[in-house]
Formats: sequence, structure tokens, C-alpha cells
Amino acid sequence: MAEVKLHGIWFSPFLYRVIWALKLKGISYEYIEEDLSNKSPLLLQYNPVHKKIPVLVHSRKPICESMIIIEYIEEKWPQTPLLPSDPYERAKARFWVKFVEEKAPAIWSLYRSTGEEQKKALKDSSEMLKILEEQGLGEKKFFGGDTIGIVDIAFGVIAHWFGVFEEIVEVKVLEAHAFPRLHAWKENFEEVPVIKENLPDRDKMLDYFKKRRMEILSASQ
Amino acid sequence: MAGELVLLDFWPSLFGMRVRIALAEKGVKYESKEEDLSNKSPLLLEMNPIIKQIPVLIHNGKPVCESLIIVQYIDEVWNDKSPLLPSDPYQRAQARFWADFVDKKVYVASRKVWRPKREEQEEGKKEFLETLKTMEAELGDKPYFGGETFGYVDLAFIPFYSWFPSYKVLDNINIEAECPKIFAWAKRCMQKEAVAKTFHDEKKVYEFVAKTRKKYVSA
Repeated sequence: MAEVKLHGIWFSPFLYRVIWALKLKGISYEYIEEDLSNKSPLLLQYNPVHKKIPVLVHSRKPICESMIIIEYIEEKWPQTPLLPSDPYERAKARFWVKFVEEKAPAIWSLYRSTGEEQKKALKDSSEMLKILEEQGLGEKKFFGGDTIGIVDIAFGVIAHWFGVFEEIVEVKVLEAHAFPRLHAWKENFEEVPVIKENLPDRDKMLDYFKKRRMEILSASQ
Repeated sequence: MAGELVLLDFWPSLFGMRVRIALAEKGVKYESKEEDLSNKSPLLLEMNPIIKQIPVLIHNGKPVCESLIIVQYIDEVWNDKSPLLPSDPYQRAQARFWADFVDKKVYVASRKVWRPKREEQEEGKKEFLETLKTMEAELGDKPYFGGETFGYVDLAFIPFYSWFPSYKVLDNINIEAECPKIFAWAKRCMQKEAVAKTFHDEKKVYEFVAKTRKKYVSA
């Protein structure tokens, strides 16, 4: 079996999307931790355009961008499919993946900002969650149906990272009474064995992102 | 497979053009409905309630939204001819990467060319040209981004060529001089009927671009 390597950073939700896809399909890989403040020559060689993680390297060929990596994994290893087989359903799944890619930056903005900028981030995050609640999930347990799929994986940032940011900025948005379906989805998602066993340590993340927030805010003064 | 096909579109839209080219490549007939983006039709709002944007491809009453997602859908449904994406998974990943680059970097930078102040415009121009040069480096000496044949990345990027003349006159960006390989590639693509017939009259496009530009640029 050709070798699979995955370059990432321990706290990245984009990395975890790929880890979940690999684990769900039972694919072995070697993990390489990168240092974003001191990017390895190998990373810069594999991703010269964006210089970002995650990068999947399969038989020494690099693939970049988390959701593109997942589509590649899906095509190379079709077991435990993450995408529906019907073209229309696939298009719908890809639509929701694109939706979260476009709207999720508001979540990051939340922990990186204060004042008006933070208010906007909160508003944008809430609007995104509202759309998911009302139009994305429906009555399904997961976006993928009875089992998790590509959309659930893409939304993982909401399940595990959003709560950390909420805690840091001391605001609660994703509450059960306001978003009952999404809240239930979050709990179900984190109970899926592959997800439960593959999450970055929450306390460690809280520490890290609190420090990052202080660094970012003091740098902008 | 065929059934009823309706495309909600807006004639100068770079994104609408992608879908038109894809449908033309596949030789698929469809009905085109022109949208007034300042007064969106109930049909558009019903078919794309979340983003409320064109293009939307309605196939047997079911809507597919987002230009590249629509193109992939077209490729999967009409899979008997003119493949748009390569068959090899690694090549497909590369094609998706570069089409994504066109959206996330080239398009975003192109919007920054039109900003109120002169220095912001210069900054935007510089960034836009950098993205075009990155595309040029990726193209290399290949006839198309897809290699020997026109494919997904070519389709994603070629609509921008319709705005090149306007950028030259209005913003003093001479893409032919700065990125000669991109210019040559565009001319090559224009020799394809599926591409050429998607392009509107140059003067009509210029008038539209000039009008749009005025909303953002004070100078």
C-alpha cells in the first residue's frame, strides 16, 4: 500500500476534517506536525501557493485544501462513502460544504476581535447557524442522514471549536433553546466513535486560543 | 437524463458563463431565463433561498446552485461525452485546487482593483496581476490548464477574459503585456465554439463593466 502522510497543526479544524475522513475509511497514515511560525521546507514545497496545512501526501504527490483532500480520499478509497451516489444529492452536499467554507471565517473572527468587529462576527455566526438550523439539517440526525458524511465533517468546526471561542469571548450563541436541531446534531456528532476519539484536547485549545487572542489584540494596538 | 433544463442567468456573469460553456460542451439543450439582479424573480428566490444568486440550474424542477458545483453536476449527469474533469483522482484534485484558486484568489483580487482611493486601486491591481501570474506559471507551456484538452480549470477561468479589454481601458491593466501566455491561452480557448458563443459583444460588456465600476471607484 502506497504511503500516506498528513501534514497539520494540532489545533486546526481543517486538519481534523482530513483525519476524520481517513479514520472513517480505515486508512493508515503518518502524521507530521508543522510549526506555522517556522514552516518546514517540505510544506513550502508541497503547498507553494497557499503555504498552509493540511496537506495530504500520497505516494509523494501532495494534495492541498481540506475539502479537496476529502474528495480525493473519497475517490481513492470508496469504502464508507462520505458523499451520496446520486448527482443531485452530491451537488446539495457540496453546496453546504461551500456554505460553511464561506461563512465559517466569522467563527474565527469571533476570537480574534473586539468591539464592533466582534459584534459583526457574532451576528454573522448567528445568521449562519440559523440557516443551518432551519434549512440545512431538517429532521435528519446528521447532514449525511443516519451516518455522518462530508457535510458533517465540514461542519466539525461548529461542533468542537465554536464552543471554545464562545467560552473565550464569554458569549453563548449555540444554545439548545435557540438552535435545538443544531445542538442535538453537535452532541450526536461528538458521540460518533471516530470523532470522539479524534479531537484536540479542549483545555489545551482553550489555553492556546486565549494566548493567541491576547497576542492578536495587543499586536493590533 | 435530459428532461427539463432551465438556467437562471445574468448575461455578463462570469459564473453564469461557466455553466453555459459546460452545457455547450456537452451539447445539452436548455432554456435560459435572464434575471434582473436588482429585482430578483420569485423563481430565483425559491430555487436559491440561501444565497439568492445566479447561476442556478434547474433540472426537472430541482435546483443546483454555485457555478462550479453546477459544472461538476453537469459532468456527472452527462458523463457520456466531453468530460470536463480528468478521470484520475490526483488530476481531479489538482483541477479542483486551481478552480478554487480562481474563485478565492483571482476573483477576490479582481474586485480589489475597484476601490475608492487611488492607492487602494494600485494595491488591488498589483494583487490581481500577481494572481494572474500564478495562473500563468501553472499553465506553463501547456495548451490548456487541463493539458492537451480544454477542461475544468480552463472553463472556470476563461470567462474573466471577457473583462480584460475593460481592465485595459478603465484601469490601465495590460494583461496581454503582463501575462502573454495567459493571453495566448485565452485566444486558444476562444477558438472553441462552446466558448466563443458564450461571449457577448465586446462593446456591450465594456459598457456594463464601466457602469459597474463607477459604483466602487470615485476617481
